[in-house]
Amino acid sequence: MEPLIIAGRTFDSRLFTGTGKFGSGVQMEKALLASGSQLVTVALKRIDTANALQDDMLGHLRYPHIHLLPNTSGVRNAKEAVYAAQLAREALETNWIKLEIHPDPKYLLPDPVETLEATAALVRLGFVVLPYIHADPVICKRLEEVGAAAVMPLGSPIGSNKGLRTIDFLEIIIAQSNVPVIVDAGIGAPSHAAQAMELGAAAVLVNTAIAVSRNPVKMADAFRMAVIAGREAYEAGLGSVNHSGHANASSPLLSFLDE
Amino acid sequence: MSFENIFRQYQWDDVKQRIYAKTALDVEAALRNKHRSLDDFMALISPAAIPYLEQMAAISQQLTQQRFGKTIQLYVPLYLSNECQNICTYCGFSYDNPIRRKTLSGTEILEEILAIRRMGYEHVLLVTGEANQTVGMDYFKKVFPLIRQHFAQISMEVQPMETEDYAALIPLGLHTVLVYQETYHEEDYRKHHPKGKKSKFSYRLETPDRLGAAGIHKIGLGVLIGLEDWRTDSFFTALHLDYLQRTYWQTKYSISFPRLRPFSGGLTPKVEMKDRELVQLICAYRLFNEDIDLSLSTRESEKFRDHLVQLGITTMSAGSKTNPGGYAVDAQSLEQFEISDERAPDEIAAMIRRQGYEPVWKDWSVFQGS
Repeated sequence: MEPLIIAGRTFDSRLFTGTGKFGSGVQMEKALLASGSQLVTVALKRIDTANALQDDMLGHLRYPHIHLLPNTSGVRNAKEAVYAAQLAREALETNWIKLEIHPDPKYLLPDPVETLEATAALVRLGFVVLPYIHADPVICKRLEEVGAAAVMPLGSPIGSNKGLRTIDFLEIIIAQSNVPVIVDAGIGAPSHAAQAMELGAAAVLVNTAIAVSRNPVKMADAFRMAVIAGREAYEAGLGSVNHSGHANASSPLLSFLDE
Repeated sequence: MSFENIFRQYQWDDVKQRIYAKTALDVEAALRNKHRSLDDFMALISPAAIPYLEQMAAISQQLTQQRFGKTIQLYVPLYLSNECQNICTYCGFSYDNPIRRKTLSGTEILEEILAIRRMGYEHVLLVTGEANQTVGMDYFKKVFPLIRQHFAQISMEVQPMETEDYAALIPLGLHTVLVYQETYHEEDYRKHHPKGKKSKFSYRLETPDRLGAAGIHKIGLGVLIGLEDWRTDSFFTALHLDYLQRTYWQTKYSISFPRLRPFSGGLTPKVEMKDRELVQLICAYRLFNEDIDLSLSTRESEKFRDHLVQLGITTMSAGSKTNPGGYAVDAQSLEQFEISDERAPDEIAAMIRRQGYEPVWKDWSVFQGS
């Protein structure tokens, strides 16, 4: 499997994970270790930013191979997001930020207007910005243009476990993106993760499906394998399916060449 | 970041070797794929794909109809000038070719415009040589307002210019710029362009980047087929296209396939491309890229053009004159190259209709920004 490079940092694992919804810190720690994940997102709102060193959750994440990716979950607009990112940079000593702006508290859908504005502002402030966004090819190109280090389109509503409902748009995004495309949200089963990787996604971010499994450690391992399998298949080159359904034309189109 | 960074990562001989090493299995895999990669494109233009041509044509036809419907857009070139400071070994306007030079005045342009409008055209392609003193930005700024009044869409095939020049012409009505690299074989490029501004390979190579940065609506790419191995040159064209689409994603693109035509005192092609191979290339482009405009000019024969209407082509010229003043002012002056299909536009339109296709004369409006 080719390593993934984002903003100059190399990842051997293409499975990114989250820290929400686990039954306990210990269980989270075990699951994240089983996942092999090297990038783990943490909601800034969950951390004691004043005493990050003593923070209980962060205590479970102190491994040399795990990079923390603070996220701005809970903010409602660009202004709050920029403020949150600055807090995160100070508390966690990283300039990486997963930008999530969802003004609606129910479906947690990203606000594309505020996200674009915040991405531009944070890039100017020196952040490595990974925005969570709709599977909208145009907004993904706009985010790339203002300097996003990757784009994180959603597969289906966050926490829904529904898989790649946006697949037609994800394919377009992957086809035209110059930055890594990380499918975020909605991946509910290892087969979904493998499917995203087969499409050519650079990585997937999985949280709920691991955290709420009856056996998070086993599930994390299953996702680890699925992501590798999907990526290896992509690199090997799929193509044995006849998508086009074309046979030869009933009457030859090129007989004029022999006349 | 510009295309040159990507271009420098490829070696001509290595690419050529990879194309000619493609096998029937590679072609079959490329035919099956839903999204075809540059590697698939290599297989589709390789000699190994020749036995699959009928199948490629069927797919190309289907994809083109799905994306464009049964339509062919029509345009005509308007040669404004044959003055040129460049020496190009294959071109009738070459500086060292002793022909009478002419640049149309405002009055003469109007005469030409009226003749072209009588043929039914709404889309016009302005063509010049490279003579920056007489046919530079001052000239274009002067003639664009005149031309724009009469046409829905203006394209241009002139010397490469700066980003700010393109940006200045877009509000005056510039929609499309065609800039062919001629060949991506750098050494050969230098051989064929020994003198003039055009001798600068990199400056030409980066022209589409400048166009993209200026926010142009459409960019036309291509190579002059006959200068070098067409397969290798076409791969580099596809590589260029792929880069541009990712980078200047709001711009549309077109590809042309000019085969070297005779002109007075001209060059014999080093490499000859057969009709069958041109069909292969056109279908390969369509299979690689469903959205791209594919354009076929009057360089090609009547019979060939008639059959290509249904195989992937989306744009055609007709009744073209390749000399400044050729439509009304000075029909006898020397042309850039000899055209092959000399039928009038209404004959071409009738030929298109007979095949169940619609000739489209107008597909743009002033409200669309230029």
